[in-house]
Amino acid sequence: MNGKPLLQIENLVVEVEGKRVLDGIDMEMREGEIHVVFGPNGSGKSSLIKAIMGLPPYRVTHGGIRFRGESILGLPIDERARLGVGLAFQQPPAVLDVSLSALGKALGIDKNRLDAEAAGLGMGGHINRGLNDGFSGGEQKRSELLQLLLQRPKLLLLDEPESGVDVDSLKLLTAVIERLFQRDLPIRERTIGGIIVTHTGSVLKHLHATRGYVLVNGRIMCSGAPLDIFDQISANGFGNCLAEGRVKEKIHDFLKG
Amino acid sequence: MTFSKDKLDLSRVGYDESGETPRSASFLLEDDTASVAASKERDLVMDSMRRARVGHPWVKDLEWSLVDPDTDEFTRLVAGHDDPAGNFIHVLERAKIRFPAQSCFLLKADRNEQVLHNIIVLEPGSELHLITGCTAASYNNAGRHIAVTEIFVRKGATLTYTMVHDWAPEVEVRPRTGIIVEEGGTYLSNYIALTRVKHIDTNPLVVVEAGGTARFNSILYAKEGSFFDVGGRIRLLGEGARGEIISRVVAAKSTVISRGLIEGGNADTKGHMECNGIMLDDQAVIHAIPELKAIYPDTELSHEAAVGKIAGEQLNYLMARGLTEEMARSLIIRGFLNVKIEGLPVSLQKVIDTMIEQAMTKDVV
Repeated sequence: MNGKPLLQIENLVVEVEGKRVLDGIDMEMREGEIHVVFGPNGSGKSSLIKAIMGLPPYRVTHGGIRFRGESILGLPIDERARLGVGLAFQQPPAVLDVSLSALGKALGIDKNRLDAEAAGLGMGGHINRGLNDGFSGGEQKRSELLQLLLQRPKLLLLDEPESGVDVDSLKLLTAVIERLFQRDLPIRERTIGGIIVTHTGSVLKHLHATRGYVLVNGRIMCSGAPLDIFDQISANGFGNCLAEGRVKEKIHDFLKG
Repeated sequence: MTFSKDKLDLSRVGYDESGETPRSASFLLEDDTASVAASKERDLVMDSMRRARVGHPWVKDLEWSLVDPDTDEFTRLVAGHDDPAGNFIHVLERAKIRFPAQSCFLLKADRNEQVLHNIIVLEPGSELHLITGCTAASYNNAGRHIAVTEIFVRKGATLTYTMVHDWAPEVEVRPRTGIIVEEGGTYLSNYIALTRVKHIDTNPLVVVEAGGTARFNSILYAKEGSFFDVGGRIRLLGEGARGEIISRVVAAKSTVISRGLIEGGNADTKGHMECNGIMLDDQAVIHAIPELKAIYPDTELSHEAAVGKIAGEQLNYLMARGLTEEMARSLIIRGFLNVKIEGLPVSLQKVIDTMIEQAMTKDVV
């Protein structure tokens, strides 16, 4: 791997309408790395990647987010996107009056490239429809990844990219995610990194993700090798991690005095 | 007789003077003088009403048969006129006119008043696409356009009537329109108004007989200081009649009343209405008044309406792809207005696309 810092999150605290949803998150990612965030519903996984993207109503009240060495706090969503941050929404809104074609045109994306990528994802018949207008769950996921393929971000934020899709779609989505993360290149040439939020872990098999985290109540309770964490969660739920996290918290509280 | 400085205005409303776009007939009224009235088709008469009253005396029997002269002060004004100007269009029986006919009403003299009475007759089994552009000369700031139009779509005939309005900020527009669609006939109305105007109120009434169809499709962009009271009324009188009213409204520092009434009055009648509006600022008012009236049990009427500002989550979504907020807003509005109208000639679709682009670049971005 190249080793250049891609994303640095330091002691990040995020609030929504005065309520703390992320509490002291630390994360450091280098180019080519994939970090995976697990956690029960409502633990703050989506909040984390939405806060990185700068989406409302997530308000950073403490800490920092640096992308390629520069703070992106205070930058509007579109500037973060143009710098190279790309988000695949878990539940994208329907934008009835804007088609993928129109969006591509507005972004200056070559029409032939758009058509080819759409066809590759089986979305050729959807590019002139309103975005997410009547799309099935699987079509929404494919549309999100298609937009990221066109956008070519340097930092990918994938919010449950595989949830609610059938086995065939999962194969296709996994292949696209591997391509987005340059899994076709030798490790040292990979420059794209990202965070994957997942419930099922089924996209992780061939990705060789770098690090995994378990987020509970807005805090990272444990971290380690993603597949190990996933296996542990599959076997025992979040119990072991919670116990580990509580010990860490106690040590943390003790050190803080 | 045309003036080069007005040429742009006329092409902006779909009236082609160059001859490059195929047209079956042309009519140009400058204030109250018909300067062009010509048809290339034997089965299509395109003339001024003043000449038609002399050459086709039966036309006088049609006047005021669909619009009550006592409707309001504007119909009374037209009725009180000795010999109002206007456009007479007559398509003979079973004639299917291949290329669109075009007419244009130009307010040329400043502070002038255009008082018109138009008659359009499509005989049984005939077909016509009529494109009407209404506009004011570029130097014209004020004026009034008052027009009574009566349209007769005879048995099995089809009229597609596309009207593009491009007025001036101080112009008042008062069209009063009545339409009859006879058995198995079709009347499709496309109304496009995307530029500033002081006041437009129009609420045409179409009566649809057995097996007939009427559809109103309106695209409005009400700009600063404009007042629109625009709608359509469809009375489904005959068995199996169909009606549809679709309107898309964008309002910025302006007021729009968007009306629609569908009355189901016979067996197996169906009507549907959609009123959608986008508010661009807190000085805009959109008042959607969709009305359904069933006076016969076996009728099926429905409507949906949605009015509001652009949803923040839609803007954020597009911004997450790299568009600025202004670009995202503009893209949504452009898509909202850019409804592809079925059967519209490519040249006119281009005119509408251009108007939308110009409207967007001037106001939204």
